[in-house]
Amino acid sequence: MITKLGSVSVKVLDQDEALDFYVNKLGLEKGQDIKQGAYRWLTVRVPGDATTEIQLEEPGPPVHDEATAEQLRELISKGAMGSVVLLSDDVRGLYATLKSRGVNDFTQEPTDHFYGTDMGLRDPFGNGIRVLQPKKVAQGARA
Amino acid sequence: MSREVEQFNRRLLRARDAMDRAYAEPLDVRAVAAVAHVSEAHFIRSFRGVFGETPHRYLQRRRVERSMFLLRETERSVTDVCFDVGFTSRGTFSRTFREIVGETPSHYRQGHGPVVTPTCFQMAGMRPVGPPMADMQSSSFGDTVAAAAP
Repeated sequence: MITKLGSVSVKVLDQDEALDFYVNKLGLEKGQDIKQGAYRWLTVRVPGDATTEIQLEEPGPPVHDEATAEQLRELISKGAMGSVVLLSDDVRGLYATLKSRGVNDFTQEPTDHFYGTDMGLRDPFGNGIRVLQPKKVAQGARA
Repeated sequence: MSREVEQFNRRLLRARDAMDRAYAEPLDVRAVAAVAHVSEAHFIRSFRGVFGETPHRYLQRRRVERSMFLLRETERSVTDVCFDVGFTSRGTFSRTFREIVGETPSHYRQGHGPVVTPTCFQMAGMRPVGPPMADMQSSSFGDTVAAAAP
């Protein structure tokens, strides 16, 4: 039985720039940063939760041949690589914090829905990030 | 692919995001092209090259998707919905809706109830595809002509 999500890969165009954005702007914490030859295993994670990580991965050798890496880079910059959804206890507060840190690539301002409040933004390369503050559900209310 | 191409794509994506965000407002192609820091004609051609449809068509599908949402989830009149999502004439709304969805707004409302999925997935996943670009008649964005230019 699978028990938990361990890590997922987000493709980025530049690992240093990605690390700065995901840690210093978005507020995640740096996880592992291990160099093995040309390959750099770099992760970020929700502060306090070391068991689930986002790997920030640059397309290129040895994992991808140069032609494949080029295609991936194009898809990243078109915003076609999908998005991650993060949870927050205060989406509007985070929105204000991000703005004060100079983040302005919002795809959606904080908006209320029946399931909670969410907002959308993009990382510097085009990847989508959604942040959701789920509506509090009374215990036992869900079947 | 060079770093310049990546950065240009990124600017086009920013302009596309601007349309997603401000779909309900009066948008003209000049303002949207300005987000990408390019001329109108260059914007329309390159947007089509990168995303496979003109900016106008993209905006129409965005507006029609939001109108489908309002028709399903609210009791607002078709006319109110038309203006809510950024169309300025009821005739253009109905014609565009029919072109893209294949039925009239009122018909669509009769056949569909609320959908219980997060709104962001609805926005992305339920956006109508519509007929091929060449078959689209309505363009108040003026890009049908520009896109055809060499």
